[in-house]
Amino acid sequence: MRVYMDHAATTAVDKEVVEAMKPYFSEKFGNASSLHQFGQEAKEALENSRETVAKLINAEPMEIIFTSGGTESDNMAIKEIAWINKEKGNHIITTRIEHHAVENTCRFLEKQGFKVTYLNVDKFGLVNPKDVEKAITKETILISVMHANNEIGTMEPIEEIGKICREKKVIFHTDAVQTVGKIPIDVKKMNVDLLSASSHKLYGPKGVGFLYIRQGIKMQPLLHGGNHEFCLRSGTENIAGIVGFAKACELAKRDMKKRAEYEKRLADKIVKEILQKIPESWLNGHPEKRLPGNVNFRFKCIEGESMLIHLDDKGIAASTGSACSTKDLKPSHVLLAIGLSPVDAHGSLRISLGKDNTEEEVDYLIEVLPEIVSSLRKVSPLWKGD
Amino acid sequence: MYSEKVMEHFKHPHNLKEIHNADAIGKVGNPTCGDIMWCYIKVGKNEKGEEIIEDIGVKTFGCVAAIATSSMITDLAKGKTLDEAMRLTRDNVKDALDGLPPIKVHCSNLAADALHDAIKNYREKKKV
Repeated sequence: MRVYMDHAATTAVDKEVVEAMKPYFSEKFGNASSLHQFGQEAKEALENSRETVAKLINAEPMEIIFTSGGTESDNMAIKEIAWINKEKGNHIITTRIEHHAVENTCRFLEKQGFKVTYLNVDKFGLVNPKDVEKAITKETILISVMHANNEIGTMEPIEEIGKICREKKVIFHTDAVQTVGKIPIDVKKMNVDLLSASSHKLYGPKGVGFLYIRQGIKMQPLLHGGNHEFCLRSGTENIAGIVGFAKACELAKRDMKKRAEYEKRLADKIVKEILQKIPESWLNGHPEKRLPGNVNFRFKCIEGESMLIHLDDKGIAASTGSACSTKDLKPSHVLLAIGLSPVDAHGSLRISLGKDNTEEEVDYLIEVLPEIVSSLRKVSPLWKGD
Repeated sequence: MYSEKVMEHFKHPHNLKEIHNADAIGKVGNPTCGDIMWCYIKVGKNEKGEEIIEDIGVKTFGCVAAIATSSMITDLAKGKTLDEAMRLTRDNVKDALDGLPPIKVHCSNLAADALHDAIKNYREKKKV
């Protein structure tokens, strides 16, 4: 059995999305900037896609800039807002649990002389809007708080934070890579000025994303060149990818409620059964305010990579916050931020379900995981139980 | 990422056990980096009267490489004299496993260190 439970990392492209993309490789392959009919049919596809995507988040089409993905969108939003506004101030507020695309962009800007406040989170990974308010100074030019955390699934109070930013007239960006297409987003209600999204998290192709930029927010390009995307993001448009992304957005909008309810039901079953079957196990992240398909456990006295490879051996794909599984051998900064010790962070397991996971697959996981944890505990010097 | 030998030792590790009446225990590693190894040895004598590793067990908290190197060090050390065992290096462990990814090489060091720590503790205890 091959069971994929790592949807927060990436998703399989939906068959309908593949079909929608096919014409744009070898039939309608024109450059959207060309004046002839080949170009114009590509342009039409581009603008139709823009409209579809905008509808998903209640934005205007011209507020959507297509990029190569979430990382580029985060980089563009944070760097450009910082550089455009540096005469007004040099202070940026973000959190300790952001994705590396936000965190490392902020650290890069720190080297250039910007001051960055990394707000703490509580033990569930929640940001307190009052902390955001307290951190704002006369020098603050940007606040960036992710919509939901990719590791522990906790959903942040973006609307409240956005309201504070609006009142204090500070530009507000949210990395919504994990939420676009999964939970309802209304950029007008949420008071956001910039929002990052990525196609491959919602059954679209890799290599495509967007940055939502509210009308009126001054922006300049990260990528200079042929002045594509309203002179904000140069580069011949990846029409096939964009069309695929738009299709994925359309399907996500149509099926959002159904998918969320289904994934939550399966996730709740996993949480209930595993916490019951495996001693000294806990859920990381908020029990209710979390992404529908996200489950993140910690198991005392064992290490995550070992757990993952045993699961992989059984055909199950998941992920971990253990240091041993990373390139820099550091435990997950998110798990450390919610107060876990390095040892406990090592014993974490993230299961992220998708629309195609079945009850049978969930039962299989519930069957094999306890035995894996038990066998690793038997050989661990830290485990004193049976 | 890992060789077949590493995966074999990971899935079916040798001697990953505690020895209850061990002659000495070596403890190495730190929780921050994520590897902890405890090495238990029972010391006997061979026909020449030399002290040898009669039995060895390791308990490990760590990744695939940590578990595989722990298993391998017990294979390499069992039956050797204490001096021979002290001369086992991380390269012996790594080579016996047909290599390790560069960022995991420190695990092989830890396995050798755990064994050496046990032997050192044994010898210190004997002096007393």
